[in-house]
Amino acid sequence: MTSTDFSIILPEFLLAAFAMAALLGGVWTGKDKVAMPILWISTAVMLVLGLTIGVAGGGADSAFGGLFIADGFARFAKVIILVSAAAVLAMSADYLNRRGLLRFEFPVLIVLAVTGMMMMVSANDLMSLYIGLELQSLALYVVAALRRDSARSSEAGLKYFVLGSLSSGLLLYGASLVYGFAGTTSFAAIITVVDQGHLPIGLLFGLVFLLAGLAFKVSAVPFHMWTPDVYEGSPTPVTAFFATAPKLAAMALIARVVHDAFGQVPGEWGQVLAALALASMYLGAIAGIGQTNIKRLMAYSSIAHMGFALLGLMAGTAIGVQSMLVYMTIYIVMNVGTFAFILAMERDGAPVTEISALNMLSKTDPLKALALMVLLFSLAGVPPMLGFWAKFAVLRAAVDAGYVWVAVGAVIASVIGAFYYLRIVYYMYFGTETDPLDRRMPFVQLAMLVASAVIMVAGSISLFGLEGAAMAAATALVN
Amino acid sequence: MTVFVFAFYLFAVVAVVAGLMVVLSKNPVHSVLWLILTFLTAAGLFVLMGAEFVAMLLIIVYVGAVAVLFLFVVMMLDVDFAALRGQMARYAPVGGLIAVVMLAELATGFMAWQSAEGAAALRAVPMSSEVENSRALGMILYDKYLYLFQGAGLVLLVAMIGAILLTLRHRTDVKRQNVIEQMHRDPAKALEMIDVKPGQGL
Repeated sequence: MTSTDFSIILPEFLLAAFAMAALLGGVWTGKDKVAMPILWISTAVMLVLGLTIGVAGGGADSAFGGLFIADGFARFAKVIILVSAAAVLAMSADYLNRRGLLRFEFPVLIVLAVTGMMMMVSANDLMSLYIGLELQSLALYVVAALRRDSARSSEAGLKYFVLGSLSSGLLLYGASLVYGFAGTTSFAAIITVVDQGHLPIGLLFGLVFLLAGLAFKVSAVPFHMWTPDVYEGSPTPVTAFFATAPKLAAMALIARVVHDAFGQVPGEWGQVLAALALASMYLGAIAGIGQTNIKRLMAYSSIAHMGFALLGLMAGTAIGVQSMLVYMTIYIVMNVGTFAFILAMERDGAPVTEISALNMLSKTDPLKALALMVLLFSLAGVPPMLGFWAKFAVLRAAVDAGYVWVAVGAVIASVIGAFYYLRIVYYMYFGTETDPLDRRMPFVQLAMLVASAVIMVAGSISLFGLEGAAMAAATALVN
Repeated sequence: MTVFVFAFYLFAVVAVVAGLMVVLSKNPVHSVLWLILTFLTAAGLFVLMGAEFVAMLLIIVYVGAVAVLFLFVVMMLDVDFAALRGQMARYAPVGGLIAVVMLAELATGFMAWQSAEGAAALRAVPMSSEVENSRALGMILYDKYLYLFQGAGLVLLVAMIGAILLTLRHRTDVKRQNVIEQMHRDPAKALEMIDVKPGQGL
């Protein structure tokens, strides 16, 4: 433990210190009256920190005797996590304020959750993995139940908490089996005892339990049960947050575990991830069809998208990790835009989440309808939108790694899933006339929606160096 | 059979039996009492392993605080355990089947268990026997695993914020004590002296 260690964890340290300072400031001054300034300052802090990490760069340093690692992979994930969390926080301000949900603890909890995510992506040991994961999850359980007077929100929080604890239990059991085999919890030491291409059955059990616990966090089938209910019951800004940064953090953590600790046996975890990916894509595509609530629909959409991201990870190559990172980044941008729209869905000042409320949106609000159409096409993976190229990248990685049949299955699932996105587009342009939605949309949300839609179109021409950055991150992890 | 072995088997058997009784006893208060017995025997096992600090911690924190808190909660909460049990009976067959399948799988796994070479040495006592318990724990907690210790502290902070955020309500319809206001009350304004004449009343 030296000053070097602290300089390596400086971003996490600063963020945690800021969260505590904001908490004290809030308690001592105006409590909920200062919630708005705290929220905007938190947004600014996360944005600045994210950009600083992105610009600073650097090599791979490990701190605290190998508990923590700051390499190119962790930095890439941290930048995306921080920037997307800042974006979601910025666009949730108006919604929370109007619904009377803006408590000053909310931005503090979000900042602490982000700290947990940064600890997750930098974990280089089973113990630091668990601490980061719990910090993130516990903060998320609380914000899911933020609207505590609503039975649905409380149910969402409680359901998420109970099932989350169960998944933590599975994860810990897996970790204890791995420790029992290797005699150490450090990833760097575990990989040295895993023989080339061979995994004893006890260690395999440990790996499967670990992956099951982590799959819960990315809501991969069959650990997805909580997703629709939690997405529907939570306040919409919280749902938007769930659908973005935590997903990338958990996905990056899976990548870290399988490559850093079990990189010698890609075949063993590749088949587990392939099963998770296929099941997620099909369930997400088929179960989403019957949904009438747009938040539930987005839950199934995220399940399907996680399947695709796992497809890239399953390949077990640097290209696979790179395609996963690109996919997750594009997925987060699409979700920020879509949720910016959902946050503004109101009729007579009250929020609505029924898909049927979007009928003939093109007449009342052509700009928003156009932006949403672009985003939905992109989510469905219709060329030439960016979402198509994201899917193309993971499919190519899977085919290159020899998982041709999984890739074929993924294409079919993608076609099935396109139905429910295109149905919304149909409603918006050719549906029956209903009571129109309010046209009011705060500037931040409108800016996010339009920016996200523009990126989806412009991105298919140039990815602004995203692929190169993701490749550098992937090679830092897989070597 | 040495005293050591005898003590080990005594504690181990009592711990398992008491653990079973926690789940099996009908009265939840009895369950908590069995739980306390489980903690005590576990503490005994820790002493046998030479971890006296953890043993004392288990007794002071778990028996002294956590279990007593449990007892209060169980006695104060009016939970209809019979109804809960009825619900449980409905799902017992499916749950039992899954449990049996899982157990069989794990049994096959552990049958073929093998550890990596040198794992046992890595897992063995990390500190030399010269160092006392509390000192060894201090070196691990505040030195080697400082990062994890602080991380766990953050987790607890989040738990505290969450508990307050979800349960604290500022009620406006209750009277609160305002000490400053009380101290600055002026008797001349608050009291009115009335001279009541005998036999007349007010």
